[in-house]
Amino acid sequence: MADAFIELDGVEKVFEVRRKTGFLKRERRQVRAVDALSFTVARGEMVGYIGPNGAGKSTTIKMLTGILTPSAGRLRVAGIDPSRERTRLAHRMGVVFGQRTTLWWDLPLIDSYRLMHRMYRIPDARYRENLQRLVELLDLGELLDVPVRQLSLGQRMRGDIAAALLHDPEVLYLDEPTIGLDVISKTKVRDFLRQLNADRATTVLLTTHDLQDIEQLCSRVMVIDHGRLVYDGALAGLHEAGESERTLVVDLERELPPIEAPAPARVVRVEGPRQWLAFPASESAAGLVAQVAARYPLVDLSVREPDIEAVIARMYTERGGTPVSEPS
Amino acid sequence: MGSWRVYPAVAAGGFRRYATYRVATAAGVFTNTVFGLILVYTYLALWEARPGLGGYDQAQAVTYVWLGQALFAMLAVQGGGFEVELMERIRTGEIAVDLYRPVDMQLWWLANDMGRAVFQLLGRGVVPFVLGALLFPSALPAEAAVWAAFLLALLLAMLVSFAIRYLFALSAFWLLDGQGVAQALMVTGLFCSGMTLPLNAFPGSLGEVVQALPWAAQLQVPADVLMGETALLEAYVFQAAWAVALLAAGRLLQSAATRRVVVQGG
Amino acid sequence: MVEGLRAYRMIAGMWIRSTMAYRASFVLTVCGNLMLTGLDFVAILLMFSQVDALGGWTLPEVALLYGLSATSFGIAQLAFGSVGSLGGRVRDGSFDTLLVRPAPVLAQVAADRFALRRLGRGIQGAAVLGWALVATDVDWTVVKVLLVPVTLVCGAVIFGSLFVAGGAFQFLAQDAAEVQNAFTYGGTTLLQYPPTVFGRDLVRGVTFVLPLAFVNWVPAAHLLARPYPLGLPDGAAFAAPLVAVVCAALAGAAWRAGLRSYRSTGS
Repeated sequence: MADAFIELDGVEKVFEVRRKTGFLKRERRQVRAVDALSFTVARGEMVGYIGPNGAGKSTTIKMLTGILTPSAGRLRVAGIDPSRERTRLAHRMGVVFGQRTTLWWDLPLIDSYRLMHRMYRIPDARYRENLQRLVELLDLGELLDVPVRQLSLGQRMRGDIAAALLHDPEVLYLDEPTIGLDVISKTKVRDFLRQLNADRATTVLLTTHDLQDIEQLCSRVMVIDHGRLVYDGALAGLHEAGESERTLVVDLERELPPIEAPAPARVVRVEGPRQWLAFPASESAAGLVAQVAARYPLVDLSVREPDIEAVIARMYTERGGTPVSEPS
Repeated sequence: MGSWRVYPAVAAGGFRRYATYRVATAAGVFTNTVFGLILVYTYLALWEARPGLGGYDQAQAVTYVWLGQALFAMLAVQGGGFEVELMERIRTGEIAVDLYRPVDMQLWWLANDMGRAVFQLLGRGVVPFVLGALLFPSALPAEAAVWAAFLLALLLAMLVSFAIRYLFALSAFWLLDGQGVAQALMVTGLFCSGMTLPLNAFPGSLGEVVQALPWAAQLQVPADVLMGETALLEAYVFQAAWAVALLAAGRLLQSAATRRVVVQGG
Repeated sequence: MVEGLRAYRMIAGMWIRSTMAYRASFVLTVCGNLMLTGLDFVAILLMFSQVDALGGWTLPEVALLYGLSATSFGIAQLAFGSVGSLGGRVRDGSFDTLLVRPAPVLAQVAADRFALRRLGRGIQGAAVLGWALVATDVDWTVVKVLLVPVTLVCGAVIFGSLFVAGGAFQFLAQDAAEVQNAFTYGGTTLLQYPPTVFGRDLVRGVTFVLPLAFVNWVPAAHLLARPYPLGLPDGAAFAAPLVAVVCAALAGAAWRAGLRSYRSTGS
């Protein structure tokens, strides 16, 4: 890749966990949280990083941010080895941990920003300019003088995102940025991230359980499982890779035997007059709807998009693996 | 009022919760042993300069030290039992949910704290006590009946300890400042329980006052019961009277607090 | 080092402002702290209400020990006391948020939850020290006068090293904060009493292995012209700076080792 901003080459992270096996006996076991992980992210890319709990997502983020030292392999962010030059890299990256605020709980929001100003040695003019822009984009104007403890979850998340961006980082890591937020807050956060990526070409890597985050933000998705990268590509491709299916939900006038649908579509569930038909995500729904409508008395129908989490789950089961819990 | 079977389950839960922290328990045993050592040496010096102080001989003073270290965590002398959680629930307003539970709040927390206390007596108390008895002269009774009497005194001590902390914790409804309350609990607990110096060694009328306060029921009275320095009935009456009075006061405060539940924040 | 002090100042400043958000509560806790730390001295007073000397030391002499120990402990606790709650931060994962900041981690941990109320201990210790210096019968010379502030600084460094080393230990055992208490709070309690009270092996350990004796026992013995139990040479009182430097170096090494182990194991 022309301008690889994040580079991982055969990165491994092995933990030794001790498990209790008896009253005093402990069993030592090595857990490979990340295994031979190789990928690159170009400057300005926005990448979704997903996988089940314990797959190695947060271990990867911790290595990228310099919190953890890799056991093996080569890792560079902006040409810097994060674990060796932690503080130098810190000036060039922003991190938002969704479930953990870094803002000062009892102080007005603005005080936390003033601390960032000084801690990151942001030149005054640039700080003022960035603050003004972030306040405007994230709609924080009314909140600057409010103690953080009084902010709602969504307001706090926006406040945290602004805090992570005041020093103009080249890369932003977001760990579950929309977790627990209401729909409106989610939309605000997503709109902002899209704009940030477009306007300032900030590289964004986000982990999430909310697949709408990925659908709406990321052109590229990486799926990690058992510490290995099992998919890397466009979101659409992930549907195919997992042979995902959409579902046509049909409400008939009355209870009827399962609809005889044209293959590969098939009825997967019947509940009274309502029936569920699965069909490949890659095919148009229109043909199927037309055929069903021609032969059955329809009251209502709807098409459900594939649940990507289910798709990923199926990828795992096809690989025959079972999720392991991640030491964190 | 819910089923009575709830409370043993709650107590078992309290026990198990503390039992999971093995490292913390071991660390606590270490700390109690270190403080016990320091105190034993100072008491030995003190009783050497003033034999028979407070009616104890040197061996009794030493036993008093190790008993104090053994009961320190169990009686939560400087706080650190259920009241931390209760005050946090009051502060955050979660307490409102507890009030709707079909159980008696005071009994529920008492059961919870009893579970904790039993674990900490076994987990944190036994080792320093045995070590102390092995390494230094001690004044332990040989008769099983005295130990049984001591156990009853311990149970009453625990009730008083709980009742005191329940009152302190409920004050958070009005004060909304856990830190100050925790400090007050610590100061009174350490000083008035006789953790720093046996209450019978306090001079003059100060000694009479602290020996009449409820904190005396926590360490001083069980120690005297164990070492045969008090009449049993008198000791039990003193402990039981304070337990009943303070538990009743807790109920009064509880109903006053319930009437003015303010859910903080939102 | 300069970076560390800068970060420390900034973060501690934020915490002071946080506490001032609840001003009344702050005043209350400072008073509470004064009382709490004063209890140790009250216990000593109570003992001396029953006896004239403890281990051969009079009340003003013991007060000198107490004042030196409590004051330097107060300074160390104010500056480094928060390192003691490192285990909790590691356990709940919030320690990671410190590692993504462009500032030394130790400075951030030490300044975390900076509690000005801890001033109470130092103030109370200094008050006792002031009284003891007047009440004791010291043959003051210029050297002896200088020895007092030097001892206080060295004592603070020695206690500070204990706090940092104890914090480093919590990287390995997150629930073991109490072990640190045994050394820090236990240490200052021990030093409040004369060395003659304790068993010889204990004194030897506290002098040569964990050199807490240089916080006050050894310098106070020099000030009061009393022989130190182990027959140390009289000049030993002036070794305190050297002892403090060695302690600080060892604590620094322990901290770095602990942090390295955390970053390689993530726990």
